[in-house]
Amino acid sequence: MKQIYLDNNATTMVKPEVLEAMLPYFREQFGNPSSVHWAGRMVSGAIEKAREQVAQLLNCSPAEIIFVSCGSEGDNFAIKGTAEALRHKGNHIITTTVEHPAVLETCEYLEKNGFEVTYLPVDKDGMLDLAELEAAITDQTILISIMWANNETGNLFPIHEIGEIANRHKVRFHTDAVQAIGKVPVDVKAAKVDMLVLSGHKVGAPKGVGALYLRRGTRITRFMHGGHQERNRRAGTHNVAGIVGLGVACELARLNQEKDYAYVRRLRDKLEQGILSTVPDVKLNGHPNPDLRLPNTLNISFNFIEGESLLLFFDMKGIAASSGSACTSGSLEPSHVMQAMGVDIVLAHSSVRFSFSAENTEEEVDFILAELPPIVQRLRDMSPLYQREAPTPLHCDECRMVNKAS
Amino acid sequence: MYTEKVMDHFSNPRNVGEIENANGVGEVGNASCGDIMKIYLKVEGDIIKDVKFKTFGCGAAIATSSMVTELAIGKTLDEALVLTNQAVAEALDGLPPAKMHCSNLAADALHEAIKDYKEKNS
Repeated sequence: MKQIYLDNNATTMVKPEVLEAMLPYFREQFGNPSSVHWAGRMVSGAIEKAREQVAQLLNCSPAEIIFVSCGSEGDNFAIKGTAEALRHKGNHIITTTVEHPAVLETCEYLEKNGFEVTYLPVDKDGMLDLAELEAAITDQTILISIMWANNETGNLFPIHEIGEIANRHKVRFHTDAVQAIGKVPVDVKAAKVDMLVLSGHKVGAPKGVGALYLRRGTRITRFMHGGHQERNRRAGTHNVAGIVGLGVACELARLNQEKDYAYVRRLRDKLEQGILSTVPDVKLNGHPNPDLRLPNTLNISFNFIEGESLLLFFDMKGIAASSGSACTSGSLEPSHVMQAMGVDIVLAHSSVRFSFSAENTEEEVDFILAELPPIVQRLRDMSPLYQREAPTPLHCDECRMVNKAS
Repeated sequence: MYTEKVMDHFSNPRNVGEIENANGVGEVGNASCGDIMKIYLKVEGDIIKDVKFKTFGCGAAIATSSMVTELAIGKTLDEALVLTNQAVAEALDGLPPAKMHCSNLAADALHEAIKDYKEKNS
């Protein structure tokens, strides 16, 4: 069976050039870059080259790049490290209701430790009101943490304007750019960002490596204690092969992003328009203007159908996508992003995300457009909500109890 | 994640649909959890002659609905009333632990339908 991978916001295949560049660092050049001998010397240059490659993509200096193990570590480091370093200045953090759990749960943790957090709401299109952001800033505000692009809807936040606001109020600005990197231009200087987090496996590097951009002069408390790696800012033996891979992936992104994502955008738009024009009772989640979304992301709700069922039927046809339904989020509730946008509860359970890469083809889009309508119809014919006259039962007492207990 | 039996009942669900002039109908679940199951019964005398279902829900919800219809057809009302959600899950060789609360309601829907039948025919 043909396999069609449309879950690139979850993870990507390692690019061949990336794997090729990594391989020597498992056997021939296996040294610890912190060692003084020949084995260590052989690899320390590779780390610095990767640092330059990452820095070039972001338009910063290599000294401003800290290698970490993943996006979640980067977000934890940036937020907790700032909270601790700036505690004497204030205890207020501003973020949004639609951040990745790596940011949201870190903020919730800080709330239990004396910090106050403002979670900015989004509108029905998933967008922020910047006046609300500005109004939320107090003399206690030490950090604004807002993602560059949303992983579920692909919505792009106005990072440059947020950077302006943060700069004007002299509040530190952190952005989780895990989904934006490689898909849209990311320039930390132009955006006036103080801290930015990226993850390797979203851009064709392997899992287990990421980077934190920390603007020169930004004080942060160490997160990982131990050795003196990364100029004492992040302990732990370097993941040499992973870091080399991340460097090459960032270089490829810098060279190919414009061309690759113009192509990806055409595929995404074709699928989007194809579904919207042929399948009734669907809802686009995210901003209706495709320019305000990542070029690779399409999130659509297929009303009356639960997302996991749809994914399983897609899977039987070899199509890999993801859903915001409770069943697939691993919790009792559907996606927090859909809820923040005020998406109807059934539609939230019905949401499906297709996320492309440049590996996808137009034939794949044609295949999906042919296979999808009968699957949707079959599941709708099975659904007691389809063509229903009685009101839909909405609430669950038992769930409320389970939620309270957890 | 799912057993072969679950996937079989999910991809080829038995007894999907509605029964015209059903003499017992039961619905359980809610949109908040993401699972709603509706069971239609055709009862003759004391015997369940036919069962059909409609389900909004995940793979486990559809598979348990399909399984409960197979288990119930031909049973007396009293036999059907002792069928449990647990027994339905076991007939499918088990469900992932996370699915035991929300998606394993098929026996409850069957019991609701029997209750509805009894109320209408008492």
